[in-house]
Amino acid sequence: METSSPEETEALAAELAGRLEPGDVVTVSGELGSGKTTFVRGACVALGVRERVTSPSYTIGHRYHGEHGEVSHLDLYRFEGLSAAEWGDLEPYFDNAIAFVEWPEAGEGVLPAPRFTVRLRHADGARRGVSISEC
Amino acid sequence: MILGLETSCDETAAALVTADGYIRANIVASQADLHARYGGVVPEVASRRHLELVSPVVREALAQADATLDDVDRVAVTQGPGLIGALLVGLSTAKALAWARRLPLVPVDHLDGHIASLYLQPAPLEPPFLCLLASGGHTMLVDVESYGTQRILGSTLDDAAGEAFDKGARLLGLGYPGGREIDRLAREGDPAAYDFPVARVPGLDFSFSGLKTALLYATKKLSPEELERQRADLAASYQRAIVRALVERVREAAEQVGAARIAVVGGVAANSELREALADAALAPLDLTTDNAAMIASAARFIEPVPYPGYLGLDAFASR
Repeated sequence: METSSPEETEALAAELAGRLEPGDVVTVSGELGSGKTTFVRGACVALGVRERVTSPSYTIGHRYHGEHGEVSHLDLYRFEGLSAAEWGDLEPYFDNAIAFVEWPEAGEGVLPAPRFTVRLRHADGARRGVSISEC
Repeated sequence: MILGLETSCDETAAALVTADGYIRANIVASQADLHARYGGVVPEVASRRHLELVSPVVREALAQADATLDDVDRVAVTQGPGLIGALLVGLSTAKALAWARRLPLVPVDHLDGHIASLYLQPAPLEPPFLCLLASGGHTMLVDVESYGTQRILGSTLDDAAGEAFDKGARLLGLGYPGGREIDRLAREGDPAAYDFPVARVPGLDFSFSGLKTALLYATKKLSPEELERQRADLAASYQRAIVRALVERVREAAEQVGAARIAVVGGVAANSELREALADAALAPLDLTTDNAAMIASAARFIEPVPYPGYLGLDAFASR
């Protein structure tokens, strides 16, 4: 699928959000600037999150209180792998929440299995290729 | 004296500050050296690191101040926002120290801490002022009306300014910390070489994610040799765009709220172009711009402490 604006990417994410339940993990991958945080924002807004959804690259984890439950927003951009100790820090974010994980590659095999994987890629200008697969 | 502890993100820090704002000790066990060794990727971002470091930094702070825990009359600690596991190391340590000595405890918001770095001696700033807080994790404009009374006027919609610097540095193949590398390289480049867009968003908010994408596209058009030749120009133009966005918003906000004084805190306050562009602004000393515990202890001077032992049930908070 291809979207032609951040708004369209957010709308696509909102659609996916409607299918999510607490405990679900969604990985969101793609290079810098491909729209990962934009995608998560779209899903969060649809889940009733009123807080501002910003990039957690440096803060690692955000926890939002959505109208329809807790939402976690994680980002492994600064990780090289995921040690047991690091997983211990992240685990609470997966508890009873819908969890979105940007840059999930470092957590492969350690993070809980995702229910959906989202891949974003740059197309021309503001266009982005979006593929969503159910696992 | 106030013992301050900060473990909200990468730094494990302890400080001793007097009731009137003099720093007696300010110890930061930074993981930045580790970051540099691993090319910007943190080898382990875990609270276990904080746990290993927290007691040594407290001991070192006491030694530097030539003090003992007998000289401490309250304990201040960052309660949030940050990574929960990391925050809990500082909070639990602070509770244990305060409880064992029957001392009051002051939970501090990390962002209030940054603002309170301006209240430290020898040149403390007095409210009211307009404060730009720009770091790797946060970017916001705060109208500081009085000690502890403040209003957020705007903040980033996507990436923080410090994050924009670091991700830009990665796109340019520079080392860590990226902000410092861009700052250094930008001095050799032409800031007008590239016209990077400064996103105009409504109100007093910021947006840096489009800028990062613009840099990515600019680098993609270049061969490795061209990129090598134009790296300094790209760094200078990119830095100019970030600084311009910050400065424009600061000026607009200052006008809107009629701020007589402007201050800048957070890691991005170390950027030389920003310091020049806001030459009239109050800037925290360089070692207090990045995360530290002296600012947490300083903030605690203006917050009602929680008396012993009512703080034992306090929890950390991940987000504001």
